[in-house]
Amino acid sequence: MSAVEKTRLWVLAALALAFMFGAPEVLQLFTIINLTTAIALALLALSLGLIWGHGGILCFGQTAFFGLGAYTYAVWAQNFGETTGAVIAAIAVGAAFAAALGYFIFYGRVSDVYLGAITLVVTLVFFNLMRRTSGPEYKIGDALLGGFNGTTAPPLTLPWDSGAMLFPNQVFYAAMGALILSYFGCVWLTRTHFGRVCAAIRENETRAELLGYDARAYKLGLFAVGGGLAGLAGVLIANGVGRVTPDLFNLGYAAQAIIWVIVGGRGTLIGPILAAFGLFYLTAWLGQQGTLDLNMVLGIVLILFVLLLPRGVVPAVMTLATARLGRGRDLRAARRGNGRRRSTRPAMEPAE
Amino acid sequence: MDLFLALVLQIVYGISNLALIGLGLAIIFGMMRVINLAHGEFLMLGGYTVIVATNNGVNIWIAMLVCAPLVVGLIGVIVERVLIRFLYGRMIDTLLATWGLSLFLIGLVTTIFGPQTTTTISPPIGAIQIGDYGSSGYELFLIVVTLLAIGGVYAVLRLTKLGLLARGTMQNADMAASLGVSTPRIYMLTFAFGSAVAGLAGGLLAPITGVVPTIGAIYIAKAFITVISGGAAILAGTVSAATLLGSVNGIVSWSTGPTLGEVALLLTAVVLIRLMPKGITGRFFRKSL
Repeated sequence: MSAVEKTRLWVLAALALAFMFGAPEVLQLFTIINLTTAIALALLALSLGLIWGHGGILCFGQTAFFGLGAYTYAVWAQNFGETTGAVIAAIAVGAAFAAALGYFIFYGRVSDVYLGAITLVVTLVFFNLMRRTSGPEYKIGDALLGGFNGTTAPPLTLPWDSGAMLFPNQVFYAAMGALILSYFGCVWLTRTHFGRVCAAIRENETRAELLGYDARAYKLGLFAVGGGLAGLAGVLIANGVGRVTPDLFNLGYAAQAIIWVIVGGRGTLIGPILAAFGLFYLTAWLGQQGTLDLNMVLGIVLILFVLLLPRGVVPAVMTLATARLGRGRDLRAARRGNGRRRSTRPAMEPAE
Repeated sequence: MDLFLALVLQIVYGISNLALIGLGLAIIFGMMRVINLAHGEFLMLGGYTVIVATNNGVNIWIAMLVCAPLVVGLIGVIVERVLIRFLYGRMIDTLLATWGLSLFLIGLVTTIFGPQTTTTISPPIGAIQIGDYGSSGYELFLIVVTLLAIGGVYAVLRLTKLGLLARGTMQNADMAASLGVSTPRIYMLTFAFGSAVAGLAGGLLAPITGVVPTIGAIYIAKAFITVISGGAAILAGTVSAATLLGSVNGIVSWSTGPTLGEVALLLTAVVLIRLMPKGITGRFFRKSL
């Protein structure tokens, strides 16, 4: 890890902590509750940024694990009256379902495009399935699933005292803490041996396999981690909204997750998070204006980014900044007769 | 016996339904390697065309069988010229861009027509009796139309000059181009053809499902699963996958209810893709169309 990167991460951590402890002091309670929802979506964006941006696994149905996590949390919390186990169960269910689905996908050697379509179909099937669970016969333990209206999600409680429910402010701390930990966890993961192999597989799967790595197992592992993170995001959105509804599985969320990663930038982890926050406020603003349809705007954003800026905002800004900083250095180097230029091409691009 | 006949009819209808909504997608995917995520919205636009046309006094049969494919085919031409042609060969970008298109079309139709439609169109054919069981005559009609549509697509691809050029382009675009075929034109027409078939399906299904801007979400999952399970061969793939998945769905739905039927359909498809990653026609009926 270079010194610049290290500084950047420290600055990011300081900013995030300042936001975490500063925001409840300054902002109104309503904004804080809204922010909790935005954080949940940002964590969903991070999970997709990890598996798609870093691992090259194009998952269109990240919302499947998101929704499953939320439902698991709600059902567990209603049944047992405590939430620590519920959070763990939600993460576990998200990861386990991702692993099960991933087994069929990766060990079946399903290609990218099919993968996207299958995961999308899975989340849509969950959507249709949960919508039909409105009768009293559909319940898990004491928790009615509630069909279209969904089921209530009790707020988080203290791990050592299940009677003490957290206030919205404290839920915000928990959510922001979870996001910060997850982000730095992901940064750490991408720098481990495992993460580097995943990046190698993204760049050139055949070459990675010829070097002796079982691409299927690595992809499966990364996919499961992403599923677990999405499950945690589901816990947060259940807390932010207070209800768990089939809409979490909906095409709308699935599309937004993709848009966050595209807009923020594939290959970065902070980009999708920032894009999720930004687009959350854009959608809220559009909702207040009421003139333009949300779907139409999101559709145009997605099309424009794919056509004009497929790498996303954060990588583009970073290239621009590096080019600015690096130009003087490159010129000096060139003048010394050492014409080695910084290449912007990825290191392992396959030959044409 | 009557029960058995009614059940068989129901399953055959389920199969033809899957084939009908998947056919347009299969043409575009099989010929052009483009997965059109806005396929569900093309069906939705077909439905709206029928509603607008009948509200303006057009005969419902003409609206469904002529207007819907024409209008959606034209929309397909526009979409191909404005969006798709920049993205050939970039499969994932095409997926993303057509997803954007899908959201855009949902938003556009919501803006124009509102989130609900006020008019409903009733199926133009009434019920028929099979012994003690009533069945919808319109569903029977849809089965026939699906068969005709599949036959029509086969005829166009197999018997016309255009179909020959299209298949040639599909097999080897560079070779076709050097023999003087305008491949961009072929791509455009193929996309329009697939869109028109989608429009026809959407128009035909409008009386059964009703039409709202978000109806595409209901179609897209089924259409995808059918086409992907089928594999690369357009007709053989769609028909074989629709037969398998439609039967599973029909039988499980009949014995346990519609909720599990859809889950069974999905599970079958996932297992199928695990066993045959290139779809049914990746292993069987390889030479077929």
